[in-house]
Amino acid sequence: MRSSVDYEGYAKCTNLGHCTSGCAQGAKASTDITYWPAAIRAGVELRTRCRVREITTNEHGMTSGVVYYEADGVEQFQPAEVVILACNAVGTARILLNSVSARFPTGLANSSGLVGKNLMFHPYARIAGYFDEMLDGYRGPGNCIWSQEFYETDQSRGFMRGYTFEFSRGQGPVMAAVDGMQIGRLPWGAEHHRAYRKLFCHRTGMVAICEDLPEEHNTVTLDPVLKDSKGIPAPKITYTLSANSRRMLDHAVARAREILRAAGAYDLWYEAPIPGGGWHLMGTARMGTDRARSVVNEWGRSHDVKNLFIVDGSIFVTSGGVNPTRTIQALALYVADSIKQPGHAVRLR
Amino acid sequence: MLSADQCRSLRCLAEMMIPASAEYGVPSAGDDAIFGDILKSFGRDAGHVIAVLQTLDAMSSGPFADLDPQRRDAIAAELREIGGETLAYLTRIILQCYYRDDRVMRSLGMEPRPAFPKGFEVERGDWSLLDPVRARPKLYRDTD
Repeated sequence: MRSSVDYEGYAKCTNLGHCTSGCAQGAKASTDITYWPAAIRAGVELRTRCRVREITTNEHGMTSGVVYYEADGVEQFQPAEVVILACNAVGTARILLNSVSARFPTGLANSSGLVGKNLMFHPYARIAGYFDEMLDGYRGPGNCIWSQEFYETDQSRGFMRGYTFEFSRGQGPVMAAVDGMQIGRLPWGAEHHRAYRKLFCHRTGMVAICEDLPEEHNTVTLDPVLKDSKGIPAPKITYTLSANSRRMLDHAVARAREILRAAGAYDLWYEAPIPGGGWHLMGTARMGTDRARSVVNEWGRSHDVKNLFIVDGSIFVTSGGVNPTRTIQALALYVADSIKQPGHAVRLR
Repeated sequence: MLSADQCRSLRCLAEMMIPASAEYGVPSAGDDAIFGDILKSFGRDAGHVIAVLQTLDAMSSGPFADLDPQRRDAIAAELREIGGETLAYLTRIILQCYYRDDRVMRSLGMEPRPAFPKGFEVERGDWSLLDPVRARPKLYRDTD
């Protein structure tokens, strides 16, 4: 999200270029702008580059704090009245599964056996073409138009749920070169310059963000061998692209090709799923009212451990075919509000 | 960080990747200024750069830069065929330094300046194109 007007001391967007590499103007509503300054002013102490090994529990089955390693490797224990996890579907599941004890032998908050299961990504299709006309390219935020024409379920399409199209303005000079080289559209040698000028500010397209369905066989578990430098077991990802997602990707590619052709594009290209995808991480500590079928309740609180909350993508039950951060923020605010409700502190005890 | 031979080999490889062009009035990636930028820009990827150059010299049975042009072409083609992550890192560094050079940016019709603070003017689209979408019946379900 970017600000189109000056807002709370931050300047509006002036089209510096692509937002994903950060915003010198401070107009991008990333959490370093929107949440951290306010939290730090309110007294929050931020400790960076720390790694949590495990959440500890006391004789009442409540969390008592976390054991973590500082950046220099020194082990610390931080006692806590309440522990709130916000490490997303891989990190949160990893910490919970690493937090074993006699009382919680399969990991913390895992009486349902669902911690680490139902991992959802967003399989992406990427489709692009060349245009004769000069495009905006590097001028302005890269992703500028969305369409949710194919977002809702339509049984006639042969798959459940749907996807969002996210249209790109184009790429900056370096990104166009790196991407062009990676996909084989930019040769080495004498032909490089001609191919680059055909591509730069003339090639663009869209991605389709496909809604992955929750499937228990897609998991985050602990790797039996791999550990980090402090001996913390690493997460192991097991994921199979479903037939539903495959059909959705195929549908998205077909519609995107129609759209691009209608817009005048030629020499169309696509990849589906994109090989580097899988950065939206969801589902491994799902929310629900049935403690046998979910990890946290409707307040984001662990069914098993009353003073343990989760406020990240792992509590998603479905993934939605759209970037999840705003939903994660909304859920985090909702869970925080519920923690602050009168009487809630009593319920924690 | 690089040995003199590795430096020569890297420069040779960069020039093969992006040669100078009289047609477009641009230097090669081995140009003094651009190559100097490349040498300062390895950062966290220095290990990958060195790994590629070691592979290159091993494939060449000596410094890659000392091979005759035909043999260099063959080795470079083989290196690209092998591909892999380390070559991708090196390629990115070369491209990054090349396409941020003032002369190259000018040749592309760009102002050689950082985007901040001036920004860019972007033509506003025709928002009336969305009128049929706005007139459409509600698509989303109400929340419970």
